[in-house]
Amino acid sequence: MNGFFDIPSDLQHSYLGLIGLHLREALLPVLAGLLLALPLAQLCVRFRWLYAPVLGATTIFYAVPSLAFFVVLIDYTGQTELTVMIPLAVYSLVVLVPAIVDGVRSVPQETLAAATAMGFGPVRRYLQVQLPIAVPAIIAGLRVATVSSISLVSVGTLIGNQGALGNLLADAQKYDRPELAVNSVITTAVLAIVCDALLVLLRVVLTPWMPNGTRRRPKPRVRRRLPAPQDVTR
Amino acid sequence: MNVLNFVNAFFSDSAHWHGYDGIPQRLLEHVQYSALALALAAAIGLPVGLLTGHTGRGGNALAFIATAARALPSFGLLVLIVIVMGFGLLPVMIPLVILAVPPILVTTYEAVRTVDPSPVDAARGMGMHESRILFQVELPVALPLILSGLRSAAIQIVSTATIAAYVSLGGLGRYIVDGLYQRDYEKVVGGATLVAVLALVTLAVFWAVGRLAVSPGVRRR
Repeated sequence: MNGFFDIPSDLQHSYLGLIGLHLREALLPVLAGLLLALPLAQLCVRFRWLYAPVLGATTIFYAVPSLAFFVVLIDYTGQTELTVMIPLAVYSLVVLVPAIVDGVRSVPQETLAAATAMGFGPVRRYLQVQLPIAVPAIIAGLRVATVSSISLVSVGTLIGNQGALGNLLADAQKYDRPELAVNSVITTAVLAIVCDALLVLLRVVLTPWMPNGTRRRPKPRVRRRLPAPQDVTR
Repeated sequence: MNVLNFVNAFFSDSAHWHGYDGIPQRLLEHVQYSALALALAAAIGLPVGLLTGHTGRGGNALAFIATAARALPSFGLLVLIVIVMGFGLLPVMIPLVILAVPPILVTTYEAVRTVDPSPVDAARGMGMHESRILFQVELPVALPLILSGLRSAAIQIVSTATIAAYVSLGGLGRYIVDGLYQRDYEKVVGGATLVAVLALVTLAVFWAVGRLAVSPGVRRR
């Protein structure tokens, strides 16, 4: 009796256990990427000349295929979860840094001036004014990073069964049970969609001053101020 | 810095430069897969994005489709399709196209949506047809952003096309997959370097296309 949720014993996890493992392997790197991206983005906002080289370096890392990244790291961190997580953290960084920089830059000059006039120091101003206003942009970046992270964990199956739900793919081929592959793809996709929805919910909760529901503004009827050239070259 | 040693060893080995497993051959295969996937994705994403962006309808449906497509794991999809359909080029193309359509679709839609409405209204007032408004007014203005969507899709395709090697096709992924199973890290690092370089070349190509195609009036100096 080969059931859809009949997980082969060599994975040493139940179905729910695999889901938990997958979430841990996918979300921890995004969190690490966010913690790294916040100060890095702040530096890029503060020192404009830093932004281009940082973007260039992260783009190069982004272009390295995940599988190659995993294999190169085996030398240093072995066939472990950590080997899967490090590249995912780097990929998250690539998505998050531009998102945070754009978000923080979108804070109007007069708002900053008002905060300064109210006696906010630079740190307090950053935490209480700039970050909250940048939340929608940051969450947009987090959504892309989280979804791609959840999808990429599966590749970890190629380096010694470190792919959580992706390991079902290897077993589907090993035991000739295609339903395991179907299970893996569907469960991964559902996880990604659920996490995405939770992030949207988080944005609504964090930004009570924003109109809820539709993010899409109607076509502006007034002339929009054209964005500065450096924002267009992205 | 043994990674640099690997790179050096890989590229100085003359055996890697000719034959069916030579760098030129693998590079050509990789470019072919990537170009085909990008062309297919653009053929789907561009018309739909332009049309919905112009009419301003279906934005939410588009966002939903893009999210759903992004959520599908490329690698898992590939393995599943190969189990169902067997080996071939088509099973590789399906996940690559699914990967590339969302960025093209969403950016194109946003690009056309955010075109300054006054020239569009002026064109409409002068009696221009909707199709001419789209192609002669909105498209030129939206082009930089549309190209950026195509660019990020292209980078993702170039990087992900390595999975073609996992299902016995060629491309630069061959070095990475073969190196993994032969425990030959020199090969893996060499393959990864080639993919990264190809991605940077892709960036450069898009930059050049942008210089040529975007009208000087739109490109603010």
